[in-house]
Amino acid sequence: MAAARLIGRRFLQLAVVLLLVTFFTFSLVRLLPGDPAKTIIPFGTEQQRAQLNQDLGLDKPFLQQYVNYLGVPIIRSDGTSGLLQGNLGRLYATNQPVTDSLKQSLPISLQLVLYAQVLALVIAIPLGVLAAYRSGTRTDRTINTTAFAFLAIPNFVLALVLSYFVGARLQWLPTAGYQPGWLDPLFDSSRSSTIFSGWSNNHIRYMILPVITLAVGQVAIYMRLLRSDMIATLQENFITMAKAKGVPNRRILFRHALRPSSLTLLTVAGLNIGTLIGGAIVVEVIFGIPGMGTQIGTAIFAREYVELQSYILVIAFIFVMINFIVDFLYIVLDPRIRRARATA
Amino acid sequence: MPAQPPDDMPADGPEGARDLDRYAEDSLESGLAVAQGSLYFSAVEVGGEGQKRRGRKLGIGAWLAIGWMVFIVLFSVLAQLGVLPLKSPTESFASCARLGPFAKEGTAPGHILGCDSNGRDMIARLAYGGWSSLFVATGAVLFGLIFGGVLGMLAGFFGGKVDVVLTSLFNVFLAIPAVVLALALVAFLQGASSSSGSGGTTVDAKFLLILAIGIVSVPLLGRITRASALTWSQREFVLAARAQGAKPMRIMIREVLPNVVPAMMSIALLAIAIAIVAEGTLSILGVGVKPPTPSWGNIIGLDRGKIKESPHIVFLPALLIFLTVLSLNFLGDVVRARLDVRESAV
Repeated sequence: MAAARLIGRRFLQLAVVLLLVTFFTFSLVRLLPGDPAKTIIPFGTEQQRAQLNQDLGLDKPFLQQYVNYLGVPIIRSDGTSGLLQGNLGRLYATNQPVTDSLKQSLPISLQLVLYAQVLALVIAIPLGVLAAYRSGTRTDRTINTTAFAFLAIPNFVLALVLSYFVGARLQWLPTAGYQPGWLDPLFDSSRSSTIFSGWSNNHIRYMILPVITLAVGQVAIYMRLLRSDMIATLQENFITMAKAKGVPNRRILFRHALRPSSLTLLTVAGLNIGTLIGGAIVVEVIFGIPGMGTQIGTAIFAREYVELQSYILVIAFIFVMINFIVDFLYIVLDPRIRRARATA
Repeated sequence: MPAQPPDDMPADGPEGARDLDRYAEDSLESGLAVAQGSLYFSAVEVGGEGQKRRGRKLGIGAWLAIGWMVFIVLFSVLAQLGVLPLKSPTESFASCARLGPFAKEGTAPGHILGCDSNGRDMIARLAYGGWSSLFVATGAVLFGLIFGGVLGMLAGFFGGKVDVVLTSLFNVFLAIPAVVLALALVAFLQGASSSSGSGGTTVDAKFLLILAIGIVSVPLLGRITRASALTWSQREFVLAARAQGAKPMRIMIREVLPNVVPAMMSIALLAIAIAIVAEGTLSILGVGVKPPTPSWGNIIGLDRGKIKESPHIVFLPALLIFLTVLSLNFLGDVVRARLDVRESAV
């Protein structure tokens, strides 16, 4: 089966990319020249440094270090655990496992990115359809120009503008802080572990400004993409046919034209999760949300290089998996691509 | 043999392959939208009404954008050269601290745009900061254009194994979100430079940023160059040159390169805009240009907490970043429409 072979090839590619990504994060700490232990804990005692060197396995041969870092079960040389055992290393200030802080910060960032993505699509789809339907008119031009201007606003600028005007001046919404939402309890076993159990009524209030900040740039991108695909679709014969049959415009736009026009949009929406995660870092820092971005910021200041390394790995891992799933969905959704890629 | 397109990137063709083509191009370009999506924007634009603009005179928007860029570049370069009668960007005036237009406590005489929380003159900070930001952004994009351009040309022109190796290399780097990758590189490189004894001087910090942002942009610019080189390599005039016995290097440099360069120039403008935003982002996260040297990003980063009392400290550099990014996006778009990149590539 050609399709099965294609799927197999995608899995192989995934494995290779993941391996290379782990190798990249692995080499980050080893990029630090001289004695990494000295850079990581400049004021530590000799004993602490020796401990660190042992933890990182820096006294072993290079390849052995990598195998240990991954935690490959059979060829692992000693009793230490690696990535495959879920060991992401420890913080040097507190000796806490990195996974502890990750359990708290990961769901926060995931919710933020998810809300932003949904909001962006909810706004972008009707706007894109409208702009395509009215293409060339004043409505279209207005939407386009606005989108162009919004695209030029960096995340951090919009975050500051919103937190100043809506938060500080009008005092409508909080400008800093976070309240747990529906996803947090799932990751934090110390609280009860059912969805929504830790839900705070203020969760949404704290999320509104950061989510808007992240969504605005995406709206502009998605809107433009959908518009141009939609314009192409609206020129197809089956649309003329539907018009001739007297199908109402609204139905033609949303039922007939939207679906064939939305494939590119969906792909890009998936790929853009990476942009969103990157944007979320600075947005979290500005709005004082204790997500992964804030953790990364803290880790940089505290020189917690192992924590930093692990966070980068987790983000890259999530991004790679999402790309994989999107690509996969794309193959499943559109038979033409399935064929073309299988025969290529 | 002309370079064959690899299996994951469908060849250019008329109607039938249109969707595939579009998919490939969009997924390709999605990578470049580091901080903002300006590239989708232009990519989509040109196919449609972009053509109409060709041959028309530059609109008022383009002139405004050019005007702004000339102004801001002159402002920061002349300040850096010491030609402008500005105060020192690092000298503190105690009487002026946190004062400025829109500040709670009003403004101070002698400082039209006020001062930051350390009493340093905002006009001077913005001018010298502009130099840092533009220098880092331009340097990073040049780095990306040179390395990404060369690698992309090789991949697109020679195809085959060279292409497979280089494309997979690009893909691995693209597997990490750009901001995260830049952050990782700059954080670890800074750790490296501060411990190696040479000291984290300000010059170092700027070059580290150029290196970090540059490395991130290599795969992005590389993939775009590759796509462009690939289509041009399959054109008749390349075949003609080959038939005349021209060596591959000569064809690459004399026939393909001149056609790839214009496309790269319009992308370079957009990339500089993205790099300015990247510098700002990194500065706010604390790994940008090192104080006391100002950059637009670290002016914001340093006084973010004073936004309530003295909004001007944060919003003036933010406004400059916005206008500069807007102008660069606009000009990139105009250049792209003028050169009609998409159409001529078919």
